[in-house]
Amino acid sequence: MNNAQFAPWEDPAAKPLIEFKGVTKNYGTFTAIDNIDLKIYPREFFALLGPSGCGKTTLMRMLGGFETVTKGSITIDGEDMAGIPPNKRAVNMMFQSYALFPHLSVADNLAFGLKRSDMPKSEIQGRVEEMLRLVKLQKFAGRKPHQLSGGQKQRVALARALAKAPKLLLLDEPLGALDKKLRQETQFELMDIQEKTGTTFVIVTHDQEEAMTVASRIAVMDDGKLVQVDTPDRIYEAPNSVYVADFIGDVNIIEGGVSNVSGEAAELSWSEGKPAIKGVSGERIQKGSSGAFAIRPEKIAISRDKPVDVHNCVQGVVEDIAYLGNMSTYYVRLDNGSLIKAQTANSRRIARRGLTWEDSVWLSWTDTAGIILPT
Amino acid sequence: MNFSRKALIGIPYVWLLVLFLVPFLIVFKISLSDYAISIPPYTPTLDTTNGWWAGIRELWAGWDFENFVFLTQDDLYWKAYLSSLKIAVIATLLTLLVGFPIAYGMASAPPEWRTSLLMLVILPFWTSFLIRVYAWIGILSNEGFLNQFLMWTGITSEPLVILNTDWAVYIGIVYTYLPFMVLPIYSSLEKLDESLIEAALDLGCTRIGAFWSVTIHLAKPGVIAGSFLVFIPTLGEFVIPSLLGGSKTLMIGKVLWEEFFSNRDWPVAAAVAVILLMILIVPIVLFQQNQQKQREAAK
Ligand SMILES: Nc1ncnc2c1ncn2[C@@H]1O[C@H](COP(=O)(O)OP(=O)(O)OP(=O)(O)O)[C@@H](O)[C@H]1O
Ligand SMILES: [Mg+2]
Repeated sequence: MNNAQFAPWEDPAAKPLIEFKGVTKNYGTFTAIDNIDLKIYPREFFALLGPSGCGKTTLMRMLGGFETVTKGSITIDGEDMAGIPPNKRAVNMMFQSYALFPHLSVADNLAFGLKRSDMPKSEIQGRVEEMLRLVKLQKFAGRKPHQLSGGQKQRVALARALAKAPKLLLLDEPLGALDKKLRQETQFELMDIQEKTGTTFVIVTHDQEEAMTVASRIAVMDDGKLVQVDTPDRIYEAPNSVYVADFIGDVNIIEGGVSNVSGEAAELSWSEGKPAIKGVSGERIQKGSSGAFAIRPEKIAISRDKPVDVHNCVQGVVEDIAYLGNMSTYYVRLDNGSLIKAQTANSRRIARRGLTWEDSVWLSWTDTAGIILPT
Repeated sequence: MNFSRKALIGIPYVWLLVLFLVPFLIVFKISLSDYAISIPPYTPTLDTTNGWWAGIRELWAGWDFENFVFLTQDDLYWKAYLSSLKIAVIATLLTLLVGFPIAYGMASAPPEWRTSLLMLVILPFWTSFLIRVYAWIGILSNEGFLNQFLMWTGITSEPLVILNTDWAVYIGIVYTYLPFMVLPIYSSLEKLDESLIEAALDLGCTRIGAFWSVTIHLAKPGVIAGSFLVFIPTLGEFVIPSLLGGSKTLMIGKVLWEEFFSNRDWPVAAAVAVILLMILIVPIVLFQQNQQKQREAAK
């Protein structure tokens, strides 16, 4: 999905399906959503990611029509949604609690929305069967929700939300209740269904790995604001702030002052008497201001001898080693006291060198491996 | 199953046997006897002067279904049964009509209020039932509070005659049995997950549509339980019709009382009671089935 062809957000002529314009949501004096601008395009798999209480559910519920907007406007397919109740929106929601009707069978749960649409009666049965097939629950059509397992319930909830072929499907932590294996399976199932049906998905998740796996774009939220909206690889490779870098995946942060900025490259002086670190220049950094260098552990090479021809290299002592099967993470203490994580594949070449605790080592990385961000 | 477990399960059965089956058999026995001016006021009684065996045979020979035949001949009785059924059905529906909105309001109230609201519903039970019914006489009589109020506001110029009519009986029953309706409905509505309503809205229901297709459905077990809890005691109700109802209010409970205490015709009164119980068995069994189903659904 993250192929080059599908990137409507880069096309200024593309028409967004959803547009938030200066959307604010207050609960009393508390601001849950703070002046958000956002465009989501048709067929996107859009993930909202952020810590608990940052306003993900609130944003979603405003799209569904369950919360009013305090300020600003939300348009779906060019239509202003202000005052439009949930039943009049071409949006369906998969609830975190699944919200299956306990008095109805699986098939009747799926038919519930169809019976209240303008679909002719004769077609409903067929559509229900199609949905049952989609989520592989044909055998369970007659069961009541309380006779289903957690994963089956979740699939019914998904099928029910998809049955009316909404333009937009909202999923609030849809996989929260599943164990890791089922979760991964379902993630791929979700992506598959999304591609098959062409529905636009907006998914809320706590789990950054999940967001990275399924999403075409990710919005990282903090405290009611969007911190960064970008593709998963950009979020990972080019976070726009220390917050995002820290939130997504493992990262080393080295703080200092921005000593030089020249186009794509920048330098950070971080320790007296040591050469400045070279990295990619992040957004909004300025020479002379404070900054932080962020680098992923797997981008750092570790060696016993000082590598030649590499500008960025620092010396330290191995403090701890974590073996992760095919990978090892080395925790290296630098002279200035900071702890850096470096991750390497356990190839034989490195294993033979036998790095161990208390060894003095060199860490090195290329000039484009890390990014210098404003703080 | 070990002995103590058996004993534990046995307790409710012993209870039923001693406090229900034995009294019922005594009443049934009396209903098969004949009226007599004696103490007790019926024959035959067990006379063991010629030995136990002869006494029991004499007893057996004296029993017949004459009283039950009598009940079918005098139209007072079946009319009283029918009228009781009618009053019980209407009163149950009225109680439902009043009780459902109350339960719904309670269940939608903020959680911190619910306990107090629940208390308010239960509170009247802490005073004597008789006193509360007498209080209604004070409210409903021609010179009562209600009429004084209506005439003071000018809504009516003449006092409304409510006391000693069927209306007063309905008011009394609705008032008395309201908690039996409200509590089961409340408990089923309280469990209702707000997101189910939101899901219904999301799938195209209007607010009212969501109420009909979700709320009402999920409140059904509570509605059924509440209705039986009102219907069953109302059918044999005696105090309310005799205090609030008029001479024309015909209810089997009143007939039973008069047969027993005014006519002192124990055998006929016993026959009336046996029939009443048989009529009640149907709703009681249905009620039990509803409860059973609910318990299974909750699993
Ligand atoms: N009805 C409400 N009244 C007052 N405050 C609310 C209400 N609903 C949400 N909030 C507040 O708004 C903020 C955002 O809530 P929201 O449910 O959107 O968080 P979230 O990002 O979905 O969190 P989580 O990941 O834990 O689900 C929270 O601080 C929450 O306390
Ligand atoms: Mg949430």
